[in-house]
Amino acid sequence: MGEAVAFYTISAFILIFAVLVISTKDTVHSVLFLVLDFLFVAALYVLLDAQFLAAIQVLVYAGGIVVLYLFVVMLVNLKRPPEAYEDPHRRTKLGFGLAAAVLFELGVIGLYSYASPASALAANPTIPVTGNTEEVGWLLYTSYLIPFEIASMLLLVAMIGAIILAKREL
Amino acid sequence: MGVGPHASKKMIDTVVIPLLKIAIVLNATLVGVTYMVLLERKVIAWAQSRLGPMRVGPWGILQPVADAVKLMLKEDITPTRADKWVFTAAPIISMVPALIVYAVIPFGGDAPGEVAHIFGRDVPLYITRINVGLLYIVSVASVGVYGIILAGYSSNSKYPLLASLRASAQLISYEVAVTLTLVSVILVAGSLDMVSIVERQRDRHIWFFFLQPLAFVIVLIGGLAETNRAPFDLPEAEQELTGGFHTEYSGMRFALFFLAEYANMIVVSSVVTTLFFGGWLPPLPTWLPFLAYVPGWIWFFLKSFVFLYIFIWIRATLPRYRYDQLMRLGWKVLIPLAIANLVVTGIVKVMLL
Repeated sequence: MGEAVAFYTISAFILIFAVLVISTKDTVHSVLFLVLDFLFVAALYVLLDAQFLAAIQVLVYAGGIVVLYLFVVMLVNLKRPPEAYEDPHRRTKLGFGLAAAVLFELGVIGLYSYASPASALAANPTIPVTGNTEEVGWLLYTSYLIPFEIASMLLLVAMIGAIILAKREL
Repeated sequence: MGVGPHASKKMIDTVVIPLLKIAIVLNATLVGVTYMVLLERKVIAWAQSRLGPMRVGPWGILQPVADAVKLMLKEDITPTRADKWVFTAAPIISMVPALIVYAVIPFGGDAPGEVAHIFGRDVPLYITRINVGLLYIVSVASVGVYGIILAGYSSNSKYPLLASLRASAQLISYEVAVTLTLVSVILVAGSLDMVSIVERQRDRHIWFFFLQPLAFVIVLIGGLAETNRAPFDLPEAEQELTGGFHTEYSGMRFALFFLAEYANMIVVSSVVTTLFFGGWLPPLPTWLPFLAYVPGWIWFFLKSFVFLYIFIWIRATLPRYRYDQLMRLGWKVLIPLAIANLVVTGIVKVMLL
């Protein structure tokens, strides 16, 4: 009961802030709502007993990435009237089409999982370590080693790509 | 409807004792912060052959009270074209992370001699013990950056904006070095939990300072930079910025920034004490066993006080860095050193232990 109340409260806040992120006029305010959103997502992780993930969520997203967003937003002059942003190449119909496709997919996924709910994840008896951080580390370096390495390779590629784009004369 | 004795016992365990601890720690912190300001003024005065505050109370010991009254009575001005909501929120955003970090700092342990006795039960001297304690501290501290950025942005004034951009670049740069260094300490300790980090130091009979001296130096320098203390106090360089990111603030809101800075100083000293100097453990337990009769929290406060004193001492001694020097130190010296330290620690841990 208490968990359900907490879950729905946190989810409501996440949704409210997510809507505010895209509906606020002032860009800095919308970045701030994004931070609040990330903090509430971290609260959701705590509710799921994933404290490690929650701390990483706050550290990386709320504390790291969004600070860079804020930096860019403050450095780039965005204080022009909204009319200055009229995009002649705006493809409204295409946008609506894509949004409809995503909504349809979400609906299918929801329907599918409602029809055949996933069995509750059994506690993995093969993990020889205890504690939240240790379990995450164990799983990352055993069962999920290859996805983990691929993800880090992708990040490396993105970083090198950014450097090459920024410094063409290298 | 009466409350049974069982329910009231549970009530004491889950509500009364934690609230009591939080109240004690918060009040002790805030009083400590106000007296840190006085200590800083006094120590700097002595370093410069002055007397410092002497008027309010004997040797000026009531000066913090006078300061607090002055700041509360001052007019609280919001600039006309400021971003009002953000302008109000910024001091709060920098104060709150500085205070909630104390939730995981252990002033004492679980062992029978280290607990307090309240209501006939053993109460350990920390508010909570979580599996990711150190990570919690790092992540909460990283949220504190917003207070400074937003203060500069919302003031709608040139100098605060420049200062806040400086501050955020500085904080982000040094956060990398400090976090990388903390990883090597975690490797040695084998845990992220603040209480077990101290317990490992007790069980292995060595403070981690002696295993990780380089890490200690990097964390101390990074701590100075992250709290915007001299010689890294560029965000409040008066000569260049007329005061820094809080130029437009007055009254109690200005005081909140001030309190947050000193609260962060206390946090950094507490974390350094816990990670490198054995937290609440008495020094040299084999040679000087009688020191164990002094309660653990006194040792904790003594050790933290040493680092607070070093902070003030450094401020009285060293001139401020130039901005490019600051960046060079952070990116070209501290981060490579931190990575090297991490690699060497990992190799030694795998090969030798």
